[in-house]
Amino acid sequence: MAKAQKTSVGRRGFLKGAAAGAAALVVKPPAAKAQDVAQRNGGAQLNATTLAADTGARPVPVSARVIERPGSDFMVDVLKTLNLEYLTSNPGSTFESLHESLINYGDNKMPEFLTCCHEESAVAMAHGYAKVEGKPMMALIHGDIGLQHASMAIYNAYADRVPIYMVVGNHGDGAQRGPGVQSYHSAQDLGLLVRDYVKWDDEPLSLGHFSDSAVRAYKIAMTPPMGPVLIVANAELQMHAIAGAEPRIPKLTMTAPPAGDMAAVAEAARMLVAAERPLIITQRTVRTPNGMKLLVELAETLQSPVNSQERMEFPNHHPLGGTGGAGYQPDVTLCLEINDVLPTARTARTRGAKVIQISAVTLSHKSNIQDFGHYADIDLDIGADAEATLPYLIEACKKLITPDRKRALQERGAKLAEAHKVARNQRISDAAYGWDSSPISVARLCAELWPLIKNEDWSLVSWYGFISSWPNALWNFDKPYQYLGGQGAGGMGYGAPAACGAALANKKHGRLSVAIQTDGDLNYAPGVLWTAAHHNIPLLTVMHNNRAYHAEVMFVQGQCAIHNRGADRAHIGTTLINPNIDYTHMAKAYGVYGEGPITDPKDLAPALKRGIEIVKKGEPALIDVVTQPR
Amino acid sequence: MRNLFLGLILGVATASAQSGNAANGKTLFDAKYRCYTCHGYDGHGGQGARLVPMKLAQAAFMAYVRNPRQMPPYGVKIVPDAELADIFAYIKSLPESPDAKSIPLLSQLMNQ
Repeated sequence: MAKAQKTSVGRRGFLKGAAAGAAALVVKPPAAKAQDVAQRNGGAQLNATTLAADTGARPVPVSARVIERPGSDFMVDVLKTLNLEYLTSNPGSTFESLHESLINYGDNKMPEFLTCCHEESAVAMAHGYAKVEGKPMMALIHGDIGLQHASMAIYNAYADRVPIYMVVGNHGDGAQRGPGVQSYHSAQDLGLLVRDYVKWDDEPLSLGHFSDSAVRAYKIAMTPPMGPVLIVANAELQMHAIAGAEPRIPKLTMTAPPAGDMAAVAEAARMLVAAERPLIITQRTVRTPNGMKLLVELAETLQSPVNSQERMEFPNHHPLGGTGGAGYQPDVTLCLEINDVLPTARTARTRGAKVIQISAVTLSHKSNIQDFGHYADIDLDIGADAEATLPYLIEACKKLITPDRKRALQERGAKLAEAHKVARNQRISDAAYGWDSSPISVARLCAELWPLIKNEDWSLVSWYGFISSWPNALWNFDKPYQYLGGQGAGGMGYGAPAACGAALANKKHGRLSVAIQTDGDLNYAPGVLWTAAHHNIPLLTVMHNNRAYHAEVMFVQGQCAIHNRGADRAHIGTTLINPNIDYTHMAKAYGVYGEGPITDPKDLAPALKRGIEIVKKGEPALIDVVTQPR
Repeated sequence: MRNLFLGLILGVATASAQSGNAANGKTLFDAKYRCYTCHGYDGHGGQGARLVPMKLAQAAFMAYVRNPRQMPPYGVKIVPDAELADIFAYIKSLPESPDAKSIPLLSQLMNQ
């Protein structure tokens, strides 16, 4: 890494000299160091001496306050070894030195600074990016206030087993910390605020310590079960000149994900090959593009249906996609990276069926947050990364399948294919209900969108749980990046920024990113629309504008009914009406193309086409569609 | 199933068979009780069951709403019989779904 060679009167020296005034133009005695903070905060006024110097009337002395090689430059050197493409951030004073080093010394490349309007958006963007790209990007966060803003997004990423690389500024040294905001924004143990839901955190006390921990953090984030990590960059370490020889930056060596114990894998294969009605359930197995191929190979080897429950881990139109159809009661269920196996295990126990689990999550637990779900009675538990284990499981299954068994499996596969076809056609038929309705049915919205994107390299970057999974019924998913699943912990406010982060990752691959965006979610932090416009992130946002926190309307209605009173009052506190929110003007206010509200289904396709044309030019666009609830 | 059966018997026994006002039923369905939140504005379903075509007779429908299997129970105290009859009349007035095979965007997806 080449070090920047700055002259003694560089841009930074000029600006700081101008701000600090004459007091900064004399050689500073060592004892004056304690006055620095006061000078920065108050500062002397620009006077004739300074003006004369600045206009070239006489040579400018070198300010003793100029720091040619701050610690934050070294931090940038460390961060550049981690191959981080972007960082998302809302600016803050606890990392002002690192901010400056990143954009000037680091030339604002690897990582490139993306401006966010809220820390929750910054982390959620990194969440969406990682689910497309398979690696983390950086979120740079301001002290305890920024970290508290970010906390919900961090928890979503933790529960979703997604790596996020967070650097958080802090004025850790109380003796050097200024009064007022610097105190309010600092903490004795900053990581404590989110330690229950980050995989690892550290607060280095020296640059050498920062170097080790920054590299270690990346490695930990990417080792299954993956998760967010946090490094505190103390302001003092950032701002002071590097003392003595610079620390070494250690080499990053990634940890190979753990595969399952071979004896246990062989037992799993024996149970699956012998099963009459196996079922594979997968939630967060696919870490790499190869993961989906492995799942297809296992399914076809066993002629077993695959129920992909979270992200798109198995092609939805594959004849083995689904749960096997009506009446298919599995006798052996293989659970791959399922967060809570209990519902499956409980059902299996009632009919004497067996459950096998392969999951890396069982290798890493915390106590407080209960995201790990229930304890489940299962029959074979393999603590390992599922994708890393699949090649061995496939091989073990193939060894056990005799020609006779293979014929039986193929017969089963033919029945499953027919059941898949029946189920799929039924769902397509169901999409006709409310076809001409206004508000527009969500099925119609998805059906209108599909022919406009199906010949593109597309990616649905929003969760379809709030739209009755219609894309799964009407679209053809066969690549992992085409659907990324949901929030992780169910925290609203994830959708819009995660879609923006995923679209950012898709951008370099030339993919068309589409989000069917719920209205309640967008209103948590709509400023992410500005981030998309400012950084030219191509994303088509199609509003699923049902003008409510819809699930909550239903929940409160249910409580009214159960309490036997006031069923006409469930809208209080749950709806987004009076006034209706104008998303078209919201988009335009942030510099995004906006159109709508679309209420007639006949107007839908032309508006979507116009939006797609804008996105294909490399810009974001929003189409507001007033929709049925789900 | 047992609850539904019981509900049907009770419905026959207790619910009035008065004919409802579909126009008022629409107001109740859309604005007062917001039945659409689970069942869709056109009764096409969503989180809740699809209501069109309505296969239950009025008495059975009213009995089910009072003592359902899955949806919350709406007692006579919060939705009087007369209003429930209006809602039923509105649901009965809703058009059935078109055949998916008559919709090119859907028919071309079938059997792919």
